[in-house]
Amino acid sequence: MNANNTAATAIRVLGQLRRDPRTIALLLLVPVVLEVLMKLVFYHQDRVFQRVGVPLLGIFPLTSMFLVTSITMLRERTSGTLERLMTMPVGKLDLLLGYGLGFASLAVVQGVIVSLVAFGVLDLQVAGPKWAVVALAALNATLGTAMGLFVSAFATTEFQAVQFMPMFLFPQMLLCGLIAPRDQMMRGLELLSDVLPMTYAYDALVRVSADGALERKLVLDVVILFGAALLALGLGAATLRRRTG
Amino acid sequence: MTDAAIVVSNLRVVRGGAVVLPGLSLEIARGRVTGLLGPSGCGKTTLMRAIVGVQIVAGGTISVLGEPAGSRQLRSRVGYVTQAPSVYGDLTVRENLGYFGRILRAGPGAVDRAIETVGLAGFGDRRVGNLSGGQLARVSLATALLNEPEVLVLDEPTVGLDPVLRRDLWKTFRVLASGGATLLVSSHVMDEAERCDELVLMREGRALATGTPAELLQRTGAPSIEGAFLSLIDSAAEATR
Ligand SMILES: Nc1ncnc2c1ncn2[C@@H]1O[C@H](COP(=O)(O)OP(=O)(O)O)[C@@H](O)[C@H]1O
Ligand SMILES: [Mg+2]
Repeated sequence: MNANNTAATAIRVLGQLRRDPRTIALLLLVPVVLEVLMKLVFYHQDRVFQRVGVPLLGIFPLTSMFLVTSITMLRERTSGTLERLMTMPVGKLDLLLGYGLGFASLAVVQGVIVSLVAFGVLDLQVAGPKWAVVALAALNATLGTAMGLFVSAFATTEFQAVQFMPMFLFPQMLLCGLIAPRDQMMRGLELLSDVLPMTYAYDALVRVSADGALERKLVLDVVILFGAALLALGLGAATLRRRTG
Repeated sequence: MTDAAIVVSNLRVVRGGAVVLPGLSLEIARGRVTGLLGPSGCGKTTLMRAIVGVQIVAGGTISVLGEPAGSRQLRSRVGYVTQAPSVYGDLTVRENLGYFGRILRAGPGAVDRAIETVGLAGFGDRRVGNLSGGQLARVSLATALLNEPEVLVLDEPTVGLDPVLRRDLWKTFRVLASGGATLLVSSHVMDEAERCDELVLMREGRALATGTPAELLQRTGAPSIEGAFLSLIDSAAEATR
Protein backbone atom coordinates (compact mmCIF):
# COMPACT_ATOMS: atom_id res chain seq x y z
CA MET A 1 0.00 0.00 0.00
CA ASN A 2 1.16 3.46 -0.82
CA ALA A 3 -0.22 6.68 0.63
CA ASN A 4 0.99 8.82 -2.26
CA ASN A 5 -0.95 6.75 -4.80
CA THR A 6 -4.05 6.59 -2.63
CA ALA A 7 -4.06 10.34 -2.01
CA ALA A 8 -3.40 11.11 -5.68
CA THR A 9 -6.32 8.89 -6.67
CA ALA A 10 -8.67 10.40 -4.10
CA ILE A 11 -7.81 13.91 -5.31
CA ARG A 12 -8.26 12.88 -8.92
CA VAL A 13 -11.66 11.31 -8.25
CA LEU A 14 -12.82 14.43 -6.42
CA GLY A 15 -11.47 16.54 -9.28
CA GLN A 16 -13.58 14.53 -11.71
CA LEU A 17 -16.66 15.03 -9.57
CA ARG A 18 -15.96 18.74 -9.24
CA ARG A 19 -16.25 19.01 -13.02
CA ASP A 20 -19.73 17.56 -12.76
CA PRO A 21 -21.57 19.94 -10.42
CA ARG A 22 -24.91 18.47 -11.32
CA THR A 23 -23.88 15.06 -9.97
CA ILE A 24 -22.61 16.68 -6.79
CA ALA A 25 -25.89 18.59 -6.42
CA LEU A 26 -27.87 15.38 -6.95
CA LEU A 27 -25.71 13.47 -4.49
CA LEU A 28 -26.17 16.11 -1.83
CA LEU A 29 -29.79 17.03 -2.47
CA VAL A 30 -31.57 13.78 -3.35
CA PRO A 31 -31.32 12.34 0.19
CA VAL A 32 -32.65 15.65 1.53
CA VAL A 33 -35.57 15.65 -0.89
CA LEU A 34 -36.41 12.04 -0.03
CA GLU A 35 -36.25 12.74 3.67
CA VAL A 36 -38.60 15.72 3.21
CA LEU A 37 -40.92 13.50 1.19
CA MET A 38 -40.98 10.95 4.01
CA LYS A 39 -41.93 13.72 6.41
CA LEU A 40 -44.82 14.77 4.17
CA VAL A 41 -45.98 11.21 3.47
CA PHE A 42 -46.27 10.55 7.19
CA TYR A 43 -47.33 14.08 8.08
CA HIS A 44 -50.36 12.84 10.01
CA GLN A 45 -48.56 9.81 11.45
CA ASP A 46 -45.49 11.42 12.98
CA ARG A 47 -44.76 8.24 14.98
CA VAL A 48 -44.00 6.42 11.73
CA PHE A 49 -41.77 9.24 10.50
CA GLN A 50 -39.92 9.23 13.81
CA ARG A 51 -39.39 5.45 13.46
CA VAL A 52 -38.15 5.31 9.86
CA GLY A 53 -36.67 8.80 9.50
CA VAL A 54 -33.38 8.04 11.19
CA PRO A 55 -32.65 4.70 9.48
CA LEU A 56 -33.34 6.32 6.13
CA LEU A 57 -30.72 8.98 6.93
CA GLY A 58 -28.22 6.15 6.55
CA ILE A 59 -29.83 4.17 3.78
CA PHE A 60 -30.30 6.99 1.24
CA PRO A 61 -26.61 7.98 1.19
CA LEU A 62 -25.59 4.32 0.98
CA THR A 63 -27.75 3.89 -2.10
CA SER A 64 -26.64 7.01 -3.95
CA MET A 65 -22.92 6.41 -3.30
CA PHE A 66 -23.31 2.80 -4.41
CA LEU A 67 -24.68 3.94 -7.76
CA VAL A 68 -22.20 6.73 -8.40
CA THR A 69 -19.13 4.69 -7.55
CA SER A 70 -20.15 1.61 -9.49
CA ILE A 71 -20.59 3.74 -12.62
CA THR A 72 -17.36 5.71 -12.05
CA MET A 73 -15.36 2.51 -11.61
CA LEU A 74 -16.99 0.94 -14.64
CA ARG A 75 -15.91 3.97 -16.67
CA GLU A 76 -12.38 3.53 -15.42
CA ARG A 77 -12.46 -0.05 -16.67
CA THR A 78 -14.01 0.67 -20.04
CA SER A 79 -12.12 3.88 -20.88
CA GLY A 80 -8.74 2.15 -20.89
CA THR A 81 -7.41 4.25 -18.03
CA LEU A 82 -7.48 1.22 -15.75
CA GLU A 83 -5.43 -0.79 -18.25
CA ARG A 84 -2.94 2.04 -18.39
CA LEU A 85 -2.78 2.30 -14.59
CA MET A 86 -2.18 -1.45 -14.39
CA THR A 87 1.08 -0.92 -16.31
CA MET A 88 2.16 1.72 -13.79
CA PRO A 89 3.63 1.46 -10.30
CA VAL A 90 0.30 1.55 -8.47
CA GLY A 91 -1.32 -1.15 -6.35
CA LYS A 92 -4.87 -2.28 -6.95
CA LEU A 93 -5.80 -1.60 -3.34
CA ASP A 94 -4.22 1.88 -3.59
CA LEU A 95 -6.66 2.69 -6.36
CA LEU A 96 -9.69 1.37 -4.54
CA LEU A 97 -8.73 3.04 -1.27
CA GLY A 98 -8.28 6.27 -3.21
CA TYR A 99 -11.77 5.90 -4.61
CA GLY A 100 -13.13 5.01 -1.19
CA LEU A 101 -11.43 8.00 0.43
CA GLY A 102 -12.56 10.44 -2.25
CA PHE A 103 -16.18 9.41 -2.15
CA ALA A 104 -16.19 8.99 1.63
CA SER A 105 -15.18 12.63 2.06
CA LEU A 106 -18.16 13.61 -0.05
CA ALA A 107 -20.26 11.17 1.95
CA VAL A 108 -19.46 13.08 5.13
CA VAL A 109 -20.75 16.29 3.58
CA GLN A 110 -23.84 14.43 2.37
CA GLY A 111 -24.47 12.98 5.84
CA VAL A 112 -24.07 16.36 7.52
CA ILE A 113 -26.46 18.12 5.14
CA VAL A 114 -29.26 15.56 5.28
CA SER A 115 -28.94 15.32 9.07
CA LEU A 116 -28.99 19.10 9.52
CA VAL A 117 -32.21 19.30 7.53
CA ALA A 118 -33.78 16.32 9.30
CA PHE A 119 -33.00 17.59 12.79
CA GLY A 120 -33.27 21.31 12.14
CA VAL A 121 -36.23 21.54 9.80
CA LEU A 122 -38.13 18.26 9.84
CA ASP A 123 -38.12 17.96 13.62
CA LEU A 124 -36.73 14.44 13.64
CA GLN A 125 -36.07 13.30 17.21
CA VAL A 126 -33.28 11.08 18.44
CA ALA A 127 -32.64 9.86 21.94
CA GLY A 128 -28.91 9.46 21.31
CA PRO A 129 -26.33 12.03 20.19
CA LYS A 130 -26.97 13.61 16.82
CA TRP A 131 -23.32 13.42 15.81
CA ALA A 132 -23.60 9.64 16.02
CA VAL A 133 -26.35 9.74 13.40
CA VAL A 134 -24.19 11.90 11.12
CA ALA A 135 -21.23 9.58 11.63
CA LEU A 136 -23.37 6.53 10.85
CA ALA A 137 -24.76 8.19 7.73
CA ALA A 138 -21.23 8.84 6.51
CA LEU A 139 -20.14 5.31 7.41
CA ASN A 140 -23.06 3.90 5.47
CA ALA A 141 -22.23 6.03 2.46
CA THR A 142 -18.68 4.71 2.67
CA LEU A 143 -20.03 1.16 2.78
CA GLY A 144 -22.14 1.98 -0.28
CA THR A 145 -18.98 3.23 -2.02
CA ALA A 146 -17.09 0.04 -1.22
CA MET A 147 -19.94 -2.19 -2.38
CA GLY A 148 -20.34 -0.14 -5.55
CA LEU A 149 -16.64 -0.57 -6.34
CA PHE A 150 -16.96 -4.30 -5.84
CA VAL A 151 -20.05 -4.94 -7.93
CA SER A 152 -18.82 -2.80 -10.81
CA ALA A 153 -16.51 -5.73 -11.58
CA PHE A 154 -19.53 -7.73 -12.67
CA ALA A 155 -20.90 -5.12 -15.05
CA THR A 156 -19.63 -4.58 -18.55
CA THR A 157 -22.05 -1.77 -19.44
CA GLU A 158 -23.62 1.11 -17.57
CA PHE A 159 -27.06 -0.43 -18.17
CA GLN A 160 -25.94 -3.47 -16.21
CA ALA A 161 -24.34 -1.36 -13.50
CA VAL A 162 -27.54 0.55 -12.73
CA GLN A 163 -29.44 -2.76 -12.48
CA PHE A 164 -27.16 -3.82 -9.64
CA MET A 165 -28.76 -1.20 -7.43
CA PRO A 166 -32.17 -2.91 -7.31
CA MET A 167 -30.47 -6.28 -7.39
CA PHE A 168 -28.05 -5.78 -4.48
CA LEU A 169 -29.70 -3.08 -2.42
CA PHE A 170 -33.48 -3.54 -2.66
CA PRO A 171 -33.43 -7.01 -1.07
CA GLN A 172 -31.27 -5.60 1.72
CA MET A 173 -33.78 -2.80 2.28
CA LEU A 174 -36.62 -5.31 2.47
CA LEU A 175 -34.79 -7.57 4.87
CA CYS A 176 -32.95 -5.12 7.13
CA GLY A 177 -35.88 -4.64 9.50
CA LEU A 178 -37.20 -1.41 8.06
CA ILE A 179 -40.27 -2.98 6.43
CA ALA A 180 -40.92 -5.74 8.96
CA PRO A 181 -39.20 -6.70 12.20
CA ARG A 182 -36.59 -9.34 11.40
CA ASP A 183 -37.67 -11.70 14.18
CA GLN A 184 -41.12 -11.90 12.63
CA MET A 185 -39.80 -12.92 9.21
CA MET A 186 -39.49 -16.47 7.96
CA ARG A 187 -36.53 -18.12 9.65
CA GLY A 188 -34.63 -18.46 6.37
CA LEU A 189 -35.01 -14.77 5.60
CA GLU A 190 -33.96 -13.80 9.09
CA LEU A 191 -30.79 -15.86 8.72
CA LEU A 192 -30.18 -14.30 5.33
CA SER A 193 -30.58 -10.83 6.80
CA ASP A 194 -27.91 -11.72 9.37
CA VAL A 195 -25.26 -11.69 6.66
CA LEU A 196 -26.43 -8.55 4.84
CA PRO A 197 -24.56 -5.37 5.79
CA MET A 198 -27.60 -3.08 5.65
CA THR A 199 -29.12 -5.01 8.54
CA TYR A 200 -26.38 -3.65 10.78
CA ALA A 201 -26.73 -0.16 9.35
CA TYR A 202 -30.42 -0.21 10.22
CA ASP A 203 -29.81 -1.72 13.62
CA ALA A 204 -27.19 0.88 14.53
CA LEU A 205 -29.37 3.81 13.48
CA VAL A 206 -32.38 2.44 15.36
CA ARG A 207 -30.28 2.02 18.48
CA VAL A 208 -29.07 5.61 18.35
CA SER A 209 -32.56 6.96 17.73
CA ALA A 210 -34.45 4.76 20.21
CA ASP A 211 -32.53 4.21 23.43
CA GLY A 212 -29.60 6.38 22.63
CA ALA A 213 -27.08 4.62 24.84
CA LEU A 214 -23.84 4.01 22.94
CA GLU A 215 -23.69 0.46 24.21
CA ARG A 216 -21.88 -2.66 23.14
CA LYS A 217 -24.36 -3.84 20.50
CA LEU A 218 -24.01 -0.51 18.72
CA VAL A 219 -20.24 -0.75 18.80
CA LEU A 220 -20.55 -4.23 17.34
CA ASP A 221 -22.75 -2.88 14.52
CA VAL A 222 -20.17 -0.22 13.70
CA VAL A 223 -17.36 -2.76 13.71
CA ILE A 224 -19.36 -4.99 11.35
CA LEU A 225 -20.09 -2.07 9.02
CA PHE A 226 -16.40 -1.13 8.89
CA GLY A 227 -15.51 -4.76 8.33
CA ALA A 228 -18.04 -5.08 5.52
CA ALA A 229 -16.66 -1.95 3.83
CA LEU A 230 -13.08 -3.24 4.07
CA LEU A 231 -14.17 -6.68 2.86
CA ALA A 232 -15.91 -5.14 -0.14
CA LEU A 233 -12.79 -3.09 -0.95
CA GLY A 234 -10.61 -6.17 -0.61
CA LEU A 235 -12.91 -8.20 -2.84
CA GLY A 236 -12.99 -5.29 -5.28
CA ALA A 237 -9.19 -5.26 -5.40
CA ALA A 238 -9.21 -9.02 -5.95
CA THR A 239 -11.49 -8.60 -8.96
CA LEU A 240 -9.14 -6.07 -10.57
CA ARG A 241 -6.79 -7.92 -12.85
CA ARG A 242 -3.52 -6.62 -14.13
CA ARG A 243 -3.72 -9.10 -16.97
CA THR A 244 -6.90 -9.58 -18.96
CA GLY A 245 -7.82 -11.62 -22.00
CA MET B 1 22.07 -10.55 -29.22
CA THR B 2 22.75 -8.72 -25.99
CA ASP B 3 21.51 -5.54 -27.64
CA ALA B 4 17.85 -6.46 -27.43
CA ALA B 5 15.67 -4.52 -25.02
CA ILE B 6 12.75 -6.87 -25.60
CA VAL B 7 13.01 -10.57 -26.34
CA VAL B 8 9.84 -12.41 -27.28
CA SER B 9 10.05 -16.16 -27.70
CA ASN B 10 7.34 -18.56 -28.76
CA LEU B 11 4.66 -16.18 -27.55
CA ARG B 12 1.23 -17.74 -27.79
CA VAL B 13 -1.91 -15.71 -27.08
CA VAL B 14 -5.50 -16.86 -27.33
CA ARG B 15 -8.26 -14.24 -27.20
CA GLY B 16 -11.94 -15.04 -27.12
CA GLY B 17 -11.21 -18.65 -28.08
CA ALA B 18 -9.23 -17.68 -31.18
CA VAL B 19 -5.46 -18.00 -31.50
CA VAL B 20 -4.18 -14.49 -32.10
CA LEU B 21 -0.44 -15.11 -31.73
CA PRO B 22 0.38 -18.76 -32.51
CA GLY B 23 4.04 -18.67 -31.43
CA LEU B 24 5.77 -15.39 -32.06
CA SER B 25 9.48 -14.85 -31.60
CA LEU B 26 11.29 -11.57 -32.14
CA GLU B 27 13.76 -9.16 -30.62
CA ILE B 28 13.49 -5.40 -30.32
CA ALA B 29 16.80 -3.56 -30.43
CA ARG B 30 17.78 -1.27 -27.59
CA GLY B 31 17.96 2.45 -28.24
CA ARG B 32 16.25 2.25 -31.62
CA VAL B 33 12.86 3.06 -33.07
CA THR B 34 11.22 -0.18 -34.19
CA GLY B 35 8.09 -0.02 -36.29
CA LEU B 36 5.56 -2.79 -35.83
CA LEU B 37 3.68 -2.79 -39.11
CA GLY B 38 0.80 -4.91 -40.23
CA PRO B 39 -2.82 -4.78 -41.23
CA SER B 40 -5.56 -4.14 -38.73
CA GLY B 41 -6.35 -7.26 -36.73
CA CYS B 42 -2.95 -8.93 -37.22
CA GLY B 43 -2.18 -8.84 -33.51
CA LYS B 44 -0.11 -5.67 -32.97
CA THR B 45 -2.09 -4.49 -29.99
CA THR B 46 -2.14 -7.97 -28.52
CA LEU B 47 1.65 -8.22 -28.78
CA MET B 48 2.09 -4.80 -27.18
CA ARG B 49 -0.28 -5.66 -24.36
CA ALA B 50 1.75 -8.80 -23.73
CA ILE B 51 4.97 -6.78 -23.68
CA VAL B 52 3.65 -4.34 -21.09
CA GLY B 53 2.20 -7.21 -19.06
CA VAL B 54 -1.55 -6.67 -19.26
CA GLN B 55 -2.34 -9.53 -21.64
CA ILE B 56 -2.99 -13.08 -20.44
CA VAL B 57 -0.62 -15.26 -22.40
CA ALA B 58 -1.04 -18.96 -23.11
CA GLY B 59 2.63 -19.75 -23.61
CA GLY B 60 6.11 -18.53 -24.36
CA THR B 61 8.21 -15.91 -22.62
CA ILE B 62 8.87 -12.20 -22.94
CA SER B 63 11.72 -10.43 -21.28
CA VAL B 64 11.93 -6.66 -21.15
CA LEU B 65 15.21 -5.07 -20.02
CA GLY B 66 16.17 -8.49 -18.70
CA GLU B 67 13.07 -8.86 -16.51
CA PRO B 68 9.97 -10.93 -17.23
CA ALA B 69 7.33 -8.76 -18.91
CA GLY B 70 4.88 -7.25 -16.48
CA SER B 71 7.09 -7.60 -13.42
CA ARG B 72 6.84 -4.97 -10.74
CA GLN B 73 10.31 -3.48 -11.38
CA LEU B 74 9.33 -2.70 -14.96
CA ARG B 75 6.29 -0.63 -14.11
CA SER B 76 8.20 2.61 -13.89
CA ARG B 77 10.67 1.72 -16.66
CA VAL B 78 8.19 0.91 -19.41
CA GLY B 79 5.70 3.42 -20.80
CA TYR B 80 2.63 2.31 -22.71
CA VAL B 81 0.24 4.32 -24.83
CA THR B 82 -2.91 2.42 -25.67
CA GLN B 83 -4.43 2.59 -29.14
CA ALA B 84 -7.57 4.35 -27.91
CA PRO B 85 -6.61 7.43 -25.88
CA SER B 86 -6.90 6.46 -22.23
CA VAL B 87 -7.23 9.66 -20.28
CA TYR B 88 -9.90 11.21 -18.07
CA GLY B 89 -12.24 13.24 -20.26
CA ASP B 90 -13.63 15.24 -17.37
CA LEU B 91 -10.23 16.53 -16.25
CA THR B 92 -8.01 19.15 -17.86
CA VAL B 93 -4.83 18.22 -19.71
CA ARG B 94 -2.73 19.37 -16.76
CA GLU B 95 -4.86 17.51 -14.21
CA ASN B 96 -4.58 14.30 -16.22
CA LEU B 97 -0.83 14.56 -16.49
CA GLY B 98 -0.55 15.68 -12.88
CA TYR B 99 -2.31 12.54 -11.71
CA PHE B 100 -0.30 10.11 -13.81
CA GLY B 101 2.83 12.08 -12.95
CA ARG B 102 2.27 11.53 -9.25
CA ILE B 103 1.76 7.81 -9.81
CA LEU B 104 4.92 7.66 -11.93
CA ARG B 105 6.90 9.83 -9.48
CA ALA B 106 7.74 12.22 -12.31
CA GLY B 107 10.00 15.08 -11.36
CA PRO B 108 8.94 18.73 -11.10
CA GLY B 109 8.38 20.36 -14.46
CA ALA B 110 7.69 17.02 -16.11
CA VAL B 111 4.07 17.91 -16.84
CA ASP B 112 4.96 21.15 -18.63
CA ARG B 113 7.76 19.46 -20.58
CA ALA B 114 5.46 16.65 -21.72
CA ILE B 115 2.77 19.13 -22.77
CA GLU B 116 5.38 21.06 -24.73
CA THR B 117 6.75 17.91 -26.37
CA VAL B 118 3.40 16.83 -27.79
CA GLY B 119 2.63 20.35 -29.01
CA LEU B 120 -0.17 21.13 -26.60
CA ALA B 121 1.33 24.22 -25.00
CA GLY B 122 -1.57 26.58 -24.34
CA PHE B 123 -4.02 23.71 -23.96
CA GLY B 124 -3.00 22.78 -20.43
CA ASP B 125 -6.15 24.06 -18.81
CA ARG B 126 -8.55 22.70 -21.43
CA ARG B 127 -10.85 19.87 -20.52
CA VAL B 128 -9.65 16.74 -22.27
CA GLY B 129 -13.19 15.75 -23.22
CA ASN B 130 -13.50 18.89 -25.34
CA LEU B 131 -10.34 18.26 -27.36
CA SER B 132 -10.20 16.87 -30.88
CA GLY B 133 -9.29 13.24 -31.51
CA GLY B 134 -5.72 14.12 -32.43
CA GLN B 135 -5.25 16.32 -29.38
CA LEU B 136 -6.66 13.57 -27.22
CA ALA B 137 -4.15 11.10 -28.64
CA ARG B 138 -1.39 13.54 -27.80
CA VAL B 139 -2.50 13.92 -24.19
CA SER B 140 -2.43 10.14 -23.97
CA LEU B 141 1.05 10.12 -25.47
CA ALA B 142 2.28 12.87 -23.14
CA THR B 143 1.33 10.66 -20.18
CA ALA B 144 3.89 8.09 -21.21
CA LEU B 145 6.64 10.72 -21.53
CA LEU B 146 6.29 12.02 -17.97
CA ASN B 147 8.88 9.81 -16.32
CA GLU B 148 11.13 9.32 -19.35
CA PRO B 149 10.85 5.51 -19.41
CA GLU B 150 13.60 3.34 -20.88
CA VAL B 151 11.12 1.48 -23.08
CA LEU B 152 8.17 3.15 -24.80
CA VAL B 153 5.44 1.02 -26.33
CA LEU B 154 3.23 3.20 -28.52
CA ASP B 155 0.16 1.71 -30.18
CA GLU B 156 -0.64 3.64 -33.37
CA PRO B 157 0.31 6.99 -31.81
CA THR B 158 0.20 9.01 -35.03
CA VAL B 159 -2.96 7.67 -36.65
CA GLY B 160 -5.30 10.44 -37.71
CA LEU B 161 -2.89 13.25 -36.93
CA ASP B 162 -2.10 16.19 -39.14
CA PRO B 163 1.02 15.51 -41.30
CA VAL B 164 3.03 18.33 -39.75
CA LEU B 165 2.31 17.02 -36.32
CA ARG B 166 3.14 13.47 -37.37
CA ARG B 167 6.50 14.65 -38.62
CA ASP B 168 7.12 16.47 -35.34
CA LEU B 169 6.18 13.45 -33.27
CA TRP B 170 8.48 11.21 -35.25
CA LYS B 171 11.23 13.76 -34.57
CA THR B 172 10.40 13.45 -30.90
CA PHE B 173 10.60 9.66 -31.07
CA ARG B 174 14.01 10.02 -32.69
CA VAL B 175 15.20 12.39 -29.95
CA LEU B 176 14.02 9.95 -27.30
CA ALA B 177 15.82 7.08 -29.03
CA SER B 178 19.04 9.06 -29.35
CA GLY B 179 18.77 9.65 -25.61
CA GLY B 180 18.92 5.86 -25.20
CA ALA B 181 15.23 4.94 -25.06
CA THR B 182 13.85 1.95 -26.91
CA LEU B 183 10.69 2.66 -28.88
CA LEU B 184 8.24 0.18 -30.29
CA VAL B 185 5.71 1.98 -32.46
CA SER B 186 2.87 0.24 -34.24
CA SER B 187 1.09 1.38 -37.35
CA HIS B 188 -1.22 -0.11 -39.92
CA VAL B 189 -0.15 2.38 -42.54
CA MET B 190 3.04 1.45 -44.34
CA ASP B 191 4.09 5.01 -45.13
CA GLU B 192 5.51 5.42 -41.64
CA ALA B 193 7.97 2.60 -42.26
CA GLU B 194 10.73 4.80 -43.61
CA ARG B 195 10.84 6.78 -40.37
CA CYS B 196 11.83 3.69 -38.36
CA ASP B 197 15.29 2.28 -37.69
CA GLU B 198 14.00 -1.27 -37.63
CA LEU B 199 10.83 -2.88 -38.88
CA VAL B 200 8.79 -5.87 -37.89
CA LEU B 201 6.29 -6.79 -40.58
CA MET B 202 3.44 -8.70 -39.07
CA ARG B 203 0.54 -10.63 -40.53
CA GLU B 204 -1.97 -12.97 -38.94
CA GLY B 205 -0.06 -13.18 -35.69
CA ARG B 206 3.29 -13.98 -37.28
CA ALA B 207 6.37 -11.89 -37.97
CA LEU B 208 6.83 -12.04 -41.75
CA ALA B 209 10.17 -10.29 -41.67
CA THR B 210 12.37 -8.09 -39.53
CA GLY B 211 15.19 -5.76 -40.45
CA THR B 212 15.98 -2.20 -41.37
CA PRO B 213 13.82 -0.62 -44.08
CA ALA B 214 16.78 -0.71 -46.49
CA GLU B 215 17.42 -4.41 -45.81
CA LEU B 216 13.79 -5.29 -46.42
CA LEU B 217 13.72 -3.38 -49.69
CA GLN B 218 16.93 -4.99 -50.82
CA ARG B 219 15.89 -8.49 -49.80
CA THR B 220 12.61 -8.30 -51.67
CA GLY B 221 13.66 -6.06 -54.53
CA ALA B 222 10.47 -4.09 -53.98
CA PRO B 223 10.32 -0.32 -54.52
CA SER B 224 8.44 0.37 -51.29
CA ILE B 225 7.79 -1.21 -47.93
CA GLU B 226 4.23 -1.89 -49.04
CA GLY B 227 5.67 -3.74 -52.05
CA ALA B 228 8.11 -5.59 -49.81
CA PHE B 229 5.21 -6.62 -47.60
CA LEU B 230 3.25 -8.01 -50.55
CA SER B 231 6.23 -9.84 -51.94
CA LEU B 232 6.93 -11.38 -48.52
CA ILE B 233 3.31 -12.57 -48.32
CA ASP B 234 3.60 -14.09 -51.79
CA SER B 235 6.82 -15.92 -51.03
CA ALA B 236 5.42 -17.13 -47.71
CA ALA B 237 2.39 -18.50 -49.57
CA GLU B 238 4.66 -20.20 -52.07
CA ALA B 239 6.76 -21.76 -49.34
CA THR B 240 3.73 -23.39 -47.79
CA ARG B 241 2.43 -24.65 -51.12
N1 LIG C 1 -10.78 -8.32 -26.27
C1 LIG C 1 -10.70 -9.22 -27.26
N2 LIG C 1 -11.32 -10.41 -27.17
C2 LIG C 1 -11.25 -11.32 -28.16
N3 LIG C 1 -10.58 -11.14 -29.29
C3 LIG C 1 -9.95 -9.96 -29.45
C4 LIG C 1 -9.97 -8.94 -28.46
N4 LIG C 1 -9.25 -7.91 -28.90
C5 LIG C 1 -8.80 -8.25 -30.12
N5 LIG C 1 -9.21 -9.48 -30.46
C6 LIG C 1 -8.88 -10.18 -31.70
O1 LIG C 1 -7.50 -10.41 -31.73
C7 LIG C 1 -7.01 -10.22 -33.05
C8 LIG C 1 -5.86 -9.25 -33.01
O2 LIG C 1 -6.32 -8.01 -32.56
P1 LIG C 1 -5.35 -6.79 -32.28
O3 LIG C 1 -4.20 -7.28 -31.49
O4 LIG C 1 -6.16 -5.71 -31.73
O5 LIG C 1 -4.87 -6.43 -33.76
P2 LIG C 1 -4.25 -5.07 -34.33
O6 LIG C 1 -3.82 -4.25 -33.16
O7 LIG C 1 -3.11 -5.51 -35.16
O8 LIG C 1 -5.31 -4.41 -35.12
C9 LIG C 1 -8.17 -9.76 -33.90
O9 LIG C 1 -8.63 -10.86 -34.63
C10 LIG C 1 -9.21 -9.32 -32.91
O10 LIG C 1 -10.48 -9.57 -33.38
MG1 LIG D 1 -4.42 -2.39 -32.65
